[in-house]
Formats: sequence, C-alpha cells, structure tokens
Amino acid sequence: MTVFIIRRLLQSIAVVLVMSFIVFVGVNIVGDPVEMMVSDEADQAEREKVIKSMGLDKPWYIQYARFIGGALQGDLGKSFVYGEPALQIIAHRIPATFELALAALVMAVVVGIPLGVYAGLRPDTVGSKTIMAGSILGFSLPTFWVGLMFIMVFAVILGWLPSTGRGDTVELLGIDVSFLTMDGLAHLFLPAFNLALFKISMVIRLTRAGTREVVHQDYIKFARAKGLSNRRVVLVHLMKNIMIPVVTVLGLEFGGLIAFSVVTETVFAWPGMGKLIIDSIQSLDRPVIVAYLMIIVLIFVIINLVVDIFYSLLDPRVRLSEIKS
Amino acid sequence: MTDDTPTLQVENLETHFFTKDGVAKAVDGVSFSVGRGEIMGLVGESGSGKSVTGFSILGLVDPPGKVVGGKVLFQGTDLLSLDDEGLRRLRGNRIAMIFQDPMMTLNPVLRVDTQMIETVRAHDPSVSVDEARARSRDALGQVGIPSPDERLRAYPHQFSGGMRQRVAIAIALLNKPDLIIADEPTTALDVTIQGQILYEAQKLCRDTGTALIWITHDLAVIAGLADKISVMYAGRIVEQGALDEVLDHPAHPYTRGLLGSVPGHNTRGKRLYQIPGMTPSLLKLPKGCAFKDRCPHADQACEDAPEITRPVEGRALRCVHPQVDLAGVAS
Ligand SMILES: Nc1ncnc2c1ncn2[C@@H]1O[C@H](COP(=O)(O)OP(=O)(O)OP(=O)(O)O)[C@@H](O)[C@H]1O
Ligand code: SF4
Ligand SMILES: [Mg+2]
Repeated sequence: MTVFIIRRLLQSIAVVLVMSFIVFVGVNIVGDPVEMMVSDEADQAEREKVIKSMGLDKPWYIQYARFIGGALQGDLGKSFVYGEPALQIIAHRIPATFELALAALVMAVVVGIPLGVYAGLRPDTVGSKTIMAGSILGFSLPTFWVGLMFIMVFAVILGWLPSTGRGDTVELLGIDVSFLTMDGLAHLFLPAFNLALFKISMVIRLTRAGTREVVHQDYIKFARAKGLSNRRVVLVHLMKNIMIPVVTVLGLEFGGLIAFSVVTETVFAWPGMGKLIIDSIQSLDRPVIVAYLMIIVLIFVIINLVVDIFYSLLDPRVRLSEIKS
Repeated sequence: MTDDTPTLQVENLETHFFTKDGVAKAVDGVSFSVGRGEIMGLVGESGSGKSVTGFSILGLVDPPGKVVGGKVLFQGTDLLSLDDEGLRRLRGNRIAMIFQDPMMTLNPVLRVDTQMIETVRAHDPSVSVDEARARSRDALGQVGIPSPDERLRAYPHQFSGGMRQRVAIAIALLNKPDLIIADEPTTALDVTIQGQILYEAQKLCRDTGTALIWITHDLAVIAGLADKISVMYAGRIVEQGALDEVLDHPAHPYTRGLLGSVPGHNTRGKRLYQIPGMTPSLLKLPKGCAFKDRCPHADQACEDAPEITRPVEGRALRCVHPQVDLAGVAS
C-alpha cells in the first residue's frame, strides 16, 4: 500500500511539472501584459522599466525557472489588476467555488444514485423511462441556458429563491460558508442544482448500467438464495459493487465541477474562482490566470490521487494486485 | 405434517422461458420427491433443465423465466403459493442451495465472514455477531478449510475455485437446513476433496435427516452417494427410480447412453460410448420423443410423445421401447 501511494505521488508530481510548463508557455503566448500595464502615453524608457520589473527581458527558460522557484515558495506573482499576490486573491475565492461544487456533488449522489438503482432494477416501468428521458435532457441542455431558465422561473416568476450571490455566510473553521444559514442555503440551491444537473444525469446512467449488470450476477442470486432481505441485497450486495465505478467517475468529475463552475458562477454571480477567472481573462491579469490554472491542475491531480487510493480501499482486488506488484 | 410426508415433493413443475424466439420449456412437467435424510441425484446433460429445476424450487427464476405450473410441496406447504417474505424465510434457512459456478457465487467485494454472518442473522437476528462468527468458523472447519479463523477475514478472490466452492457449501450448512439443493457442487474440486465432500454430505443427511438433491451430469459422482435418481432430458424426467435399480437395469436409451459414457469395471479396454448428437435446442425439439433424433431404437412409435409410465413400484419411465423388462426384473 505504501509503495503504491509513493508511486502515485511521484507520478502526480511529474504531471504537475509538465502542466506548469504548458500553462507557462500557453499564457505567455496570448496577449501582451505590458500593453495592459502601461498607459498609451508612456515612452520607451518607461516601457523598458515595466518589462524589466516583470522579468520579461530575460530568456524564457530563466523566466520559467523563476516562475517555478516562486511557485515552490507559494508565490505566483502579483495580480496586475489588484496588486495583491495572485494566490491570495484566488485562495480567497476558493471556498465559494468548493462549496458550490460540493453541493452539486452531494446532489448528484443523493438524487442520481437512488434514481439510477431504481431504473436499473425496474427498467420497464414508466417511472424508469421517465428518469432516463430526464437524464437525456440533463445531458443535452446547455448549463447556462438551464441556469437562466432557473432564474426566470424560480427567482423572477415564482420568487421562491434568490438568484445572485452567496447570501448570508457564517464562518466554519475559519472559512465562510453559505450552507449553514437558511438564507445561504436558499442562495446555494439554484446554482448548485444547475451545476449538478449534468452530473445527476451521468450518475443516473452509470448507476443504472452498473445495476443492470450486477443484478444478473450469480452472487446476487446467491445472496437471495441465502434468504437475505431485498433491502440488504440491494443496499449491500448490489450497491457495494456498483459504487466502485460511480465513486471513481464522480471523484474524477469533481475537478470538472470546479473547472466548469465558471459558467454557473457567471450566470448566478456566485463569487467564486470561476467568476474571478472570467474577469481576469478579460483584463489579461496574467498572474491570476496562471495561478488559477495551476490550482486547477493541482486539484485535478490531488483528486486523481485520492480517487486511486479510495478505489483501492473499496475494491480489495485492486489492493491485492498492487501489493503483489 | 406426518412423519412420512416427504421433505420435498415436486409435482408437474413447469418453468418456461419466454424469449424473443419463442417459449423454451426448460422444465416441463417434472415430478419427484425427496424424503428426510434421503439423497436424490438429478442427472442430465448440459441444458437439460437441472439448474432451472433447482431455482424453481426456491422461487429464484429470473425473467424471462417463470414457473407456470405445478406444485412444490416443502414439508407439506406449497412454495409456489408463498409470498416473497414467506419464501425468504425458508431460503438459506430451511432450504439451502449451492450454486454451480463457485467463482461467481461469492460477492467479490465482501469479506467471507460478512457473507456468512449475514446468512445466520438474516434468519435469527437474536444471534450475536460473535456467535454467528463462531458458527461460521465451525462451518468452514466442517468442509475442511484450514485455519478457518484466518480465512474468515479473507475476500473471495483470495480463495481458489475449490476453496470457494467449499465456502459456498459451508454457507449452505450454516443454518442446518432440512433440504439442500447442490448444483454440481464438486465439479471444481479435485478428486480427494470431492470424495471427502461427498462423504460429509452423506453423513450429514444420515445424521441430521437433511434431504439432499444432488445435481450433476456425471453419473459416477452420484453412484456412491444417492438413494434415488432422476434422469432429465430436455426439461423432462425420462427415467426415475432407486439408484441401484436404475444403474443395474437402465431402461431408457438415454440413461443407458449416460451410463455408457461412465468409465467402470466392465468397460475396461472398451471404447467409452458417447451418445451421438447434441442436446437439441428447447425451441426446436423434435416432434414426439425429444430424444428421437439421437436414439438408436427410435421408430414410428416414437412419433407420439411418450407419456410417463410406472412399470413397477417406485420406477418411472418415459419411453415406448424400454430396454429391459422391468416387471420381469422385479419378480
Ligand atoms: N435466462 C434464460 N433465458 C432463456 N432460456 C434459458 C435461460 N436460462 C435457462 N434457459 C433454458 O433452460 C434450459 C435449461 O438450463 P439449465 O441451466 O437448467 O441446464 P442444466 O441442466 O443446469 O445444464 P448445465 O449442466 O449446463 O448446468 C437451457 O437449455 C435454456 O434453454
Ligand atoms: S421413445 Fe423412442 S425415441 Fe424416445 S427414447 Fe424411447 S425408443 Fe428412443
Ligand atoms: Mg446447471
């Protein structure tokens, strides 16, 4: 197990390094930050000064080395726009995005798994067919459009739920969260559901496919032949088998939730990283963009790592083959 | 229920599979009975409906299959009239089944102890987990699994096929059932273990009065074990009777064919006989006797499906040309 974790860790570090290079190069070939920094009337000398202060006069590999060196110390540069460390600006926005993504994930699990299991166990009922049709809608309707519809129906027409911002927040372990106040929950619901819709559909389909496969396995029949209640057969014997792929995919998708919360955050004016990155791209705030991308990479890598470890805990067969190798 | 009520009495059981290509009569009017402490061998080639018969008794036939007729009297109660909960209480408790494929019967993500303890507690929640574990350990020991304490904590994939089958057998024994349906339980085991399991099974039935249905395609396995035997072909019983009588005086050409393909003392040096042809598809059974196309004695009389006859007490036969004069043998 330890060998397994160490090997995965090394792989993760390699991935982060490669990605940092791609991000660095990618960001450096789009736009000219100097244009943003200096006023149009500035003379050549002034421009040179700015370029020098930003380290842009050095060859790319020196720039890259500096970037890595800084990054290792937690320094990804200062925002051109806010003048504060980029990392700090993003860190400030992370809780809102995480809360949104987590809420969406919880919705995907809580709504998706029961519906998927039901549709898998009773594939021919009207209920199952409705669920499956709904999941196709969830897959194919564009997130921003659904978001706008939500706002129109639930906020504008019915006036049930608020449509912008986080609402009241309280501090939990030093982090501001919305879900602990009624007002915050009300604010969280629509954007989280909007973000979750796609994942709910995905979880339904995965769970249904898994259920359909597992339910015909001999060990399910054997479990019934042992006289176990249907409840136990489904909740333990079936679920434990289908949870492996569902957890894997969901875990991997968590990074996606964070990355794609950009759309939802913009629609619902949710003050998270997604909204920040859109603003930063518009103002070509290079350090913030780089810091955001690096954090996303890091999140993806960490999630992969955690999912791998979790997966091996859930499935004894993986664990064993890893120990053997 | 009186003392001579058989543990299980199956009457005219019919289980059909409603497939796209037609109705497959996997079990088509099967009758037999097994008494306390009795062992019945259910023999037939692959696809003859042995497993489906077993599942029908337990009410475990999955769609598109369905039990469409007959009676399954267990200690006098018709199982086909029980509701789900009634059946659940019997399954794994009074009636246990050992499945055919040991590699697939244990849940791969649950430890063996979990899968054993739940079997005990599903039927008696008052048994503590520790007590259930102790019983599980004893059951593992009973089927010859070394260091059962340690093995309890293992996952199925850490067992060989033979070991898994023994675990499945141990699970079947856990609640001391009155009836065990064992579907080819020893095919995955090596000969020594097989003998040991057969011996244990026999002893169990004699000692505790457990009735046993032993499903196999291998007559040699059944020969030293069963009291009586039912031979199945294409969903029907074709010959039935006390083990010795059927083996000594097989009257149905199919039974004779099966016997011919078993190596024995009188076959030394001869080539083993093989029944020509293959089991026909249930959807394309020949008209008349289902065995007609493979039978060396088929003639015009076999064009009408032969009915079950009972030439002598305790003997049933479905053939218009019995190969021995049963009445003569009996007298
Ligand atoms: N799910 C199913 N769908 C359609 N037909 C089925 C299904 N399961 C079984 N059958 C039919 O039932 C027949 C009997 O199957 P069964 O499994 O009882 O055979 P068996 O005697 O146990 O053979 P084996 O020795 O191979 O285990 C098969 O030949 C097949 O035609
Ligand atoms: S009825 Fe005819 S075909 Fe069928 S087994 Fe007897 S002899 Fe053969
Ligand atoms: Mg079978």
